[in-house]
Amino acid sequence: MSFRDTILRNVRNNQPSSRELPVIPKFHSEQPVDLKKQFTAALKELYGEVVTEPPADFEEFLRKRFPEAKTICSAVPEYVGDRVPGDFTRWSDASRIDVTIVRSPLGVAETGSVLLSEEEFRVNTIGFLAHDIVILLDPAEIVENLHDAYGHPHFLDKAYSLLMSGPSGSADIGGITVHPAQGVMTLTVIFWPRQMAP
Amino acid sequence: MNSVDQAENAAEFISDRTHEQYLDQLLWMLRTRRDEAASRVPEWEQLRDLASQIKEHTLSNLAHYLEMFESRAKANGVMVHWAQDAHEHNQIVYQLLSDRNVDELIKSKSMLTEECDTRRFLEERGIRVTETDLGERIQQLDDQPPSHIVGPAWHKTAQDIANVFAKAYGSDKEKADPVYLAHVMRENTRPLIERARAGMTGANFAVAETGAIVTVTNEGNADLSGNVPEIRICSVGLEKIIPRNEDLAVFIRLLTRSATGNAITQYTSHFRGPRQNGEMHIILVDNGRSSRLGMEKFWPSLKCIRCAACMNTCPVYRRSGGLSYGSTYMGPIGIIMMPTFDIRRYSELPFSSTLNGSCTNVCPVKINIHEQIYAWREVMEEKHQINLVKKSAMVVAGKVLSNPTLYRVAGDTMDASLKVLPRFAIYNQLNAWGRHRDIPQPAKETFHDWYKKHRMQATGQEINT
Repeated sequence: MSFRDTILRNVRNNQPSSRELPVIPKFHSEQPVDLKKQFTAALKELYGEVVTEPPADFEEFLRKRFPEAKTICSAVPEYVGDRVPGDFTRWSDASRIDVTIVRSPLGVAETGSVLLSEEEFRVNTIGFLAHDIVILLDPAEIVENLHDAYGHPHFLDKAYSLLMSGPSGSADIGGITVHPAQGVMTLTVIFWPRQMAP
Repeated sequence: MNSVDQAENAAEFISDRTHEQYLDQLLWMLRTRRDEAASRVPEWEQLRDLASQIKEHTLSNLAHYLEMFESRAKANGVMVHWAQDAHEHNQIVYQLLSDRNVDELIKSKSMLTEECDTRRFLEERGIRVTETDLGERIQQLDDQPPSHIVGPAWHKTAQDIANVFAKAYGSDKEKADPVYLAHVMRENTRPLIERARAGMTGANFAVAETGAIVTVTNEGNADLSGNVPEIRICSVGLEKIIPRNEDLAVFIRLLTRSATGNAITQYTSHFRGPRQNGEMHIILVDNGRSSRLGMEKFWPSLKCIRCAACMNTCPVYRRSGGLSYGSTYMGPIGIIMMPTFDIRRYSELPFSSTLNGSCTNVCPVKINIHEQIYAWREVMEEKHQINLVKKSAMVVAGKVLSNPTLYRVAGDTMDASLKVLPRFAIYNQLNAWGRHRDIPQPAKETFHDWYKKHRMQATGQEINT
């Protein structure tokens, strides 16, 4: 008998009598929720920042925000950077990126999270090995809570999907979050409706 | 092997007031933040009920969900392995690496691999392992196991860590600044991450419906370990299975709020299949879990989602530090899990509790922790795993506490004795309480005496003694 079969036999023999699987409500607020406001406040809790309008001059915005940046990798049609994700055939080379720009298909107001996957990244490591990340999010695509978020098809059909809720940090020294950790140093979300020209 | 004497081990930690107070204050801050976070979620108690019900449903149908998970993961292109115990798990990891000529592994934090002592196993066979979680890396460099399941190095002050990094990396030991230390960690670990060919993660959840494993981190190190190298290995305890994708919402909403008071961690990551041009392996590990599933009183401990809220609230844990438990899992949850691994070695742990029930009250999946601690004490008594001094003391205490007259006589005698006995007679070897603190001065009058004097006369009642 294989290890697998032995383990499954033991589990089957020992598992307690069957319990019911509950139905999970959506837990929507009874009061109207300002999703953009809630999203912004929640993201701030984990040191992410929201820009509420698309900048009039995105190029200038990037130059001012990241004055040291030399390599900008854009995975969005709204901006042409120095690099595209496909340039990084060796995934670890994404560490040369100063700023990654990517679009998220979903925001979560409750937690300030944005959803990203290989569909948006194309090369997943551009999301962590870059120094900073800028994420475009259509405010119409913000949902109220995680119950709504887990209805997104990415979780069912993508090899990798991520709810990103702030720049990489660590609370391992003294329980208070500090930066940097191993991933991006800053995370900026720009409320930017889809198909709006830069 | 001798049983772990948690009280004795704690003595060393307690002897240094700086560390005792530091840990106590840090964990109480986290407990307070947890309460505030919970109070902001109106459906908090409903979520706890749901989480408990989902876990109980899954565990009571575990074989079904394990098979479902396996088949979905395989359909996603993942290789699924099964390990009955720690050795088999470690052997599988080693084989995967050695077959591919890999001699360096980057790892994100995983309590299961601590349980299996995987790092030591691999390093003895020539594979260099680098922990990428800051706390875990600190403990690795200091050659200590984690002292807390969320913050492995929380028992260390920033100065302790500055000393560890100065020794390991040559950084400035005068700079006990967390931001500086975080920079030191990044500068020394990132190059190892970038060149690694294999990465390893644990799992917070494994979703049967999708075949995905889910990790929850602040640093994104599971994402790095799982995405930068082409070979990804995920070790998953059998109890991490949950049925549906939508169940994740319940657990994610509870997990980080219970652990640190934040609504979520920076990275909640879902690995369903291998990365492009890569391979992904999942090892499903039993290591005693299927046996625990058959323990009538103790199987609910398998519901644990490793938030450590029970540790943060426990007065014994907060003041004695996690290393004193001498075990992979520590604090209240460790007390009820560890005897299932080795009843003799961990026979004393169930006595490291005040049984105040606070652990049960904060548990997000409603494990009856303090009741299980008490039940383990009964098991230790039945199986004669209690040491003679403790056993004799409990026999005497049982007789005295069950007889009000005897109790009162004993109390009066004790009060009278404390007033006249010399110090060496009071603070003897049998007085565990007095080893680290002074016995309180006896009250001039007991409540019983006061009540007898004032209220009985007024009401004409008699106290049943």
